[in-house]
Amino acid sequence: MKLHEYQAKQLFARAGIPIPKGAVATSADEAANAYEALRQARGGSGAFVCSVKAQLHAGGRGKAGGVLAAASAAEARAHAASLLGRRLVTKQTDPQGLPVSAVLLEERIGASTELYLAVTIDRFNARPVMLASRRGGMDIEEVAASEPSAIVRDPFDLTTGLTDAAADRVAAALGCTGTLAAPCRRLAQAAWAVFQTNDASLVEINPLVVTGDQQLLALDAKVTLDDNALFRHPDLAAWRDESQEHPLELKASRIGISYVGLDGTIGCLVNGAGLAMATNDIIKLSGGEPANFLDVGGGANVDQVTNAFAIILADPRVRVVLVNIFGGIMRCDWIAQGLLNATQRLAVTTPIVVRLEGTNVDEGRQLLGQAKGLNLVSEPDLASAARRAVELAR
Amino acid sequence: MSILVGRDTKVLVQGITGQAGAFHTEKMLEYGTRVVGGVTPGKGGTAVQGVPVFNTVHDAVRQTGANATVIFVPAKFALGAITEAIEVRIPLVVVITEGIPTLDMVRVRTQLAGTAIRLVGPNCPGLITPGQCKVGIMPGYIHQPGGVAVISRSGTLTYDAVYQLTRVGLGQSTCVGIGGDPVLGSSFVHLLGLFEQDPQTDAIVLIGEIGGTEEEEAAAFIQAHVTKPVFAFIAGKLAPKEKRMGHAGAIIAGGQGTAAEKAAALQAAGVTLIDSPAAIGETVKAGLSRRRATPKAH
Repeated sequence: MKLHEYQAKQLFARAGIPIPKGAVATSADEAANAYEALRQARGGSGAFVCSVKAQLHAGGRGKAGGVLAAASAAEARAHAASLLGRRLVTKQTDPQGLPVSAVLLEERIGASTELYLAVTIDRFNARPVMLASRRGGMDIEEVAASEPSAIVRDPFDLTTGLTDAAADRVAAALGCTGTLAAPCRRLAQAAWAVFQTNDASLVEINPLVVTGDQQLLALDAKVTLDDNALFRHPDLAAWRDESQEHPLELKASRIGISYVGLDGTIGCLVNGAGLAMATNDIIKLSGGEPANFLDVGGGANVDQVTNAFAIILADPRVRVVLVNIFGGIMRCDWIAQGLLNATQRLAVTTPIVVRLEGTNVDEGRQLLGQAKGLNLVSEPDLASAARRAVELAR
Repeated sequence: MSILVGRDTKVLVQGITGQAGAFHTEKMLEYGTRVVGGVTPGKGGTAVQGVPVFNTVHDAVRQTGANATVIFVPAKFALGAITEAIEVRIPLVVVITEGIPTLDMVRVRTQLAGTAIRLVGPNCPGLITPGQCKVGIMPGYIHQPGGVAVISRSGTLTYDAVYQLTRVGLGQSTCVGIGGDPVLGSSFVHLLGLFEQDPQTDAIVLIGEIGGTEEEEAAAFIQAHVTKPVFAFIAGKLAPKEKRMGHAGAIIAGGQGTAAEKAAALQAAGVTLIDSPAAIGETVKAGLSRRRATPKAH
């Protein structure tokens, strides 16, 4: 589960990671008040500039116009009004973009150096790892691709955590020496604390800046939580912002179906994630384009199949549905009956190509063969089913 | 006995009184697996399918001599169940449970370090040596004893691949689902080493998927250590790029993780790549008969 920047920064503040003074606003009036409050906190006299930052679950917002500078309460109000309620398109979103329902106002900081610091899990070695680079900022992905050695990876043990010595290595990798060494060590250890205590899968600070008066400050914050561990963190689970999720994917995930919308015309209903990916592959190999990835889950019962059909057919681009089920423990005759019930209940008119294999497959195919009034074709194997679906989608 | 499980394997079921545990205990017994005991705290002294239930793994192992355990315990309690099995030093631990927190699995890997315990999973279908022993949830009848090893990150796709092999007349030595989670007990690499040493295995089918670096690590290992023919299918050639907001995943992978990169790494290691998921059986069959037709150099 992704967190918004302002939520991630609450976790940072609790762990002692220094962040700029800021306030969240969900309306233009709140933004104007927040500007005024921040200005007062700064002493209230002289010029005061703050950033108005759109809150959305995607990076690249700076280049997309999602971060604006305000030098007065009126300007803060205007910027908030322009960002709130619109959909922001960045290079990390799809063309529809993501809605902005909150902005974060923060005192604008003059930075002399932009660094990068992150914590994640090295999957293969099953160890937490710190990533540190002196080349922080908006182009860290390009740095990673073109000059991987500019990013230092330092794995460490879960049981010992990020020791002083390991944290000192991170500080050295970031070039934080002298008076910055100790604060940087504490900051790296706090980043690990945020990761561990909240069961994160990613904690990323980019940029981590050194200010003009030699202070470290987390200007941006990205935290992704491990969905599997949310049961341990009901308070964090309540932070989920469903407006940032694809409506059909959200609907599917609520009922245990894994769905990802794609751009093609062939809807797919499959049991198992690997088989679902392979089904998309064979459609492509056969010259077609899948409309979705869909894993109906282990217990493909009648209700689940009905729900899956409803989700697939909610996409108006779908011209044909390819059902690919390998009945293991789940018997094919039950699945066939589920298919018939589902298509009747939903009055499906879209052509359906079915490939059933596995336990009780003959009984399953027989049931499908007897069905009347349905636009349903049964194919004996995956290759022929994919070819037929591609033909019907033309 | 192929690898990891065979006729002598005595299996414990942790979470045997739950719905999945009880159901699959019955299926494993039907297949001929020697399920010798079950564990559910508080249910000691009862029985499931005639299998005695114990309160602790320690009691169960002491009384039954079990040398493998399969875990169906819900994700919230899985860390405790796995830790118990590791503490009792059961040599093979198979975790079927899905949804275990990643940091819990990191902790498990820490516990495993320095032991000889082999952990398979989590979030996997388990493993089977056809005709001898099934420790998991795969349908038994699609398998047939033979010489082709199957290692996979997937469930139903593995069943499909195995069934294709069976129908073209190629039996299997052992089939292992390593699981789909980010942190696994066993990787392709661990199992490739075992299959390379196994006299019953004469070819290996590897079924991978996009994400992570499992397949790249496997390619490097195959290049250096595997002499048997290896065939691979990678699922997810056109899956959409993960909609992620951070960069650390991509940085960790160092540009690895796409199907094309995995395929290239495996091909460079001499692996035969299978393009279509419908062509797994026939590609392996054709590849093996070509090799038999070619006299060996030594």
